[in-house]
Order: sequence, then structure tokens, then C-alpha cells
Amino acid sequence: MSDESLREAVAAGVMGSEEAHKTLLQSIVDVARAIFHARASSIFLLDEAQDELVFEAVSGEGSDRLVGTRFPADTGIAGWVLVTRQPLVLEDVASDQRFAREVAEETGYVPNGLMAVPLLHEERALGVLEVLDRPNRSQFTLAESDLLGLFANQAAIALDLLQSGRRARAALTGASGEEAVVARIASALAGLEGEERAAGLRLLAALEEVLRRG
Amino acid sequence: MEAHEELPAWSLPADAVDGIAISADWPERVDRDWAWGGSTGAGVRVCILDSGIEAGHPLVGEIESAVAVSLGEDGEPVVADDDEGDLCGHGTACAGIVRSIAPDCGLFSVRVLGGGYTGSGPVLLAGLRWAVEQGFDVVNMSLSTTKQQFASTLHDIADSAYFKRTVLVASAHNMPVESFPWRFASVISVGSHEGKGSLELYYNPTPPVEFFARGVDVEVAWLGGGSIRASGNSFATPHVAGICALVLAKHPELTPFQLKHVLHLTASNVGAP
Repeated sequence: MSDESLREAVAAGVMGSEEAHKTLLQSIVDVARAIFHARASSIFLLDEAQDELVFEAVSGEGSDRLVGTRFPADTGIAGWVLVTRQPLVLEDVASDQRFAREVAEETGYVPNGLMAVPLLHEERALGVLEVLDRPNRSQFTLAESDLLGLFANQAAIALDLLQSGRRARAALTGASGEEAVVARIASALAGLEGEERAAGLRLLAALEEVLRRG
Repeated sequence: MEAHEELPAWSLPADAVDGIAISADWPERVDRDWAWGGSTGAGVRVCILDSGIEAGHPLVGEIESAVAVSLGEDGEPVVADDDEGDLCGHGTACAGIVRSIAPDCGLFSVRVLGGGYTGSGPVLLAGLRWAVEQGFDVVNMSLSTTKQQFASTLHDIADSAYFKRTVLVASAHNMPVESFPWRFASVISVGSHEGKGSLELYYNPTPPVEFFARGVDVEVAWLGGGSIRASGNSFATPHVAGICALVLAKHPELTPFQLKHVLHLTASNVGAP
């Protein structure tokens, strides 16, 4: 077992489940929708191998059917935002029928307006956050743009966690599967407290000594 | 340095001083009337490095030429004539804004989008390099990259443009990430203000963003001859590209350094009312 796969196995054991990360993403789109009083909000993850964007979390309109659907990474508003790294806010989308139809393909319905912002972590573009149909009463402001940027930052960190978790779990399903034992031990240890944890650590130290001698 | 450049003069012998005399016809106080009064941008070549342009759009009119950059089978970028128009609407929006400010300028489309996410970095570099080689007067870049591996090449191309009198006008980023080329001192970087005036331009005394232009709730050209309302630094940038075209049409001798100085002196918070 290489050092790297060992590290990933331990990471997989302690970093939480796929479900936990998905819950985090869901909570981000739920809060984004609430704060902007929007009709829907979604997070797209870039699948670099396929050059596609995938719906990872949806709040509001479309939440029952969009998660998991995919489209090419360089099309539509989300694709544009991803490739150029530039946030975009569009209103009156529905007034142009052709454009409205294209937007509907990536939103599940025809919104009147949308905000889209790239999810950037360090130098990587991980995906896109969209907020659909803010109330029409208010003109878009730069303060909202800053708020959207803050949200995007949080969403990017959550997406990075999700991807790291997936990579680590993929390592566990490798050819031998030997790393799984290490992951289970790391996971069990992470769940212990106080005297039980201390006893667990003593046992592991003893095991390590035996293994090194062997 | 980019390849195939002529070597510059490295020093100035005494007998060469007269040869570089430059007529100092700048007024005592540079104002907007001197800078671009009466100008329509005629004769200035503006390149839109973007998603393509919908030629014949009522807010854009005719364009001079359109090319697309893509990756060939060998993985090397290829520049070819483009008849796809605009794949997104964004390039048309930028072209329409430039046209609204400089109605008689020439518009040239260089499409660097539409080839997938994965190859987008090399395509962007190749498109910009090609645009600089064509000697366009102004290049509008409402896009950026976060990839560190491209930063050094982009920096070289931006410097090359600066010395060849091609002005790069680039959208700044309003998020806490490093991106390029807008951070380079050789380009004119643009962020948004909330005002309604298309000639409302502010100089920022605390860079890296150097200028703020109209970028909120702008009526912009979109696909199919239509228009929508849009916000973002992407739309502030072509406002400055348009103003640059106005100034350069009236004062074609200006270098990018001098042009930036004119923008500074005529900014709404500096010299202009």
C-alpha cells in the first residue's frame, strides 16, 4: 500500500460520508435561495473527465428531478460563467424565446432572471452556483454581487470537500481493498472520546510496534 | 518576450535626440472635449475576444471579420474563419456596448469559447496572441483565467501588446481569487459601478482594479436580434473599450501608457464633471 493511498484511506475514514457533503451543498443552496428571496438555486459540479456540468444540489423549482442531470460544460450560461470565470446577472431572460428555451434546458423551467457565479477554489474552477428569479421589485446591486461572491466561496469549499471525499473513497475500492481496514479503524477512532479513545490509541500504538518488529 | 519582435533601441545617443522629438500638443488641461469630442471611433479596429458576435444584430451592425480558435487534432490551437456567429450571446452584448459608444469603429470577432472547458486555457492564449499579432488597436477581454500555468505566457503577451500599441481592456474579478490578465499593469482593468451613465468612468486610486465603468443593469444586445438586461464586470469592460476607441480615433498617436493617462485625467472623479 503506497503512502498516498494510505493517507486517502485514513482521510476517507474520518472525513465524513457522501451524504454529509451533499447535505452541506443542499444547505448552501437552501440558504442562498432564502437570502435572495429567489425561486430556485442550484450548484453544478464540473466533471472534467467528461467535460460536463452536473446538477449536484437544487433548492426550490426543479429540486425533485434535476439532481444528477448533465449538460456540456461549455454551453449555456453556467458553461459561459465556468469558462470565463466571470459572474453574470441577467434579467428579462424570458423575453427572448430562443434564449429562454436554452436557459430552460439548464434550469428545468423558464426563469425571468438569473445570477450565475463560478465556484473557484485556489486555481481550479470546480463548478457554478446559480440563483434564479430574485423578486422583480428590486434592481440588482453591487452589494448583492458581493453577497453572491461570499456564497460562491463557501460553496466552492463544500464542492472541494465533496470531491476530496469521492477521491478518497475511490481509493478504497481499488484492486486490493486492503485500505478499507485502515479506513474503518480511522473512522472508529474518530468516533471515540475520553478514556475509550485513549485506550484505542494505546492499542494502536502496541499494534504498530508489533507490525514494525514483524 | 514574444518571438519575432524587432529589437528595441536600448539607448539614446546624443545625435538621435532630435529624431524622437514628439510634438507636445497636449492642452494645459486635458478634458473630455479634447480627448474624444466629435469622435465616432472611425478607423479604430476593436477586437472582441469572446463567444463570437451575431453579425447584423440591430445593436451591433456589420462586423469586419470573425475567426474562431480551437484545438486541432494534434492538440495545437488553430485559427480559422468563423461562421457560427455567437454561441452564447455574451460576445454580442460586448460588441453592442462598444458600438453604442463608438458607432463608426471596426468590430472584429475572435471566438475563444465553444471548444469545451478542458482546452479553454490554450485557446484563450492562442486567441489573444493572434489578436495582438493582427495589430488591433483595442482588444476587449471580458474573461480571465485562474490557472497559474498560463499566467507567465499571458503576461508576456500583455507586455508585447503594450509595446505594440494594442490596448488590452480586461474585466477585473470581484471574488477573492487570483486571476489573469486583468491584474497585470500593462492592461486596463475594469470593475463595475452602479451609475447609469455609459461615459461615467471612475479612476480607482487603490489598484489593482484601475477603472470602474457602468456594469449594473445594462440593456445589452443578445441572440436573435434581441436584448436583455445584464450586470457584471463583463459589461463594464466594453464601455471602457468603446471610450478607448473614441480617444484613439481622434489621437491615433497615443501609446497605451498615454491612453491610460488620458482615461485617468478625464475620469468622472478626476477631471470631468
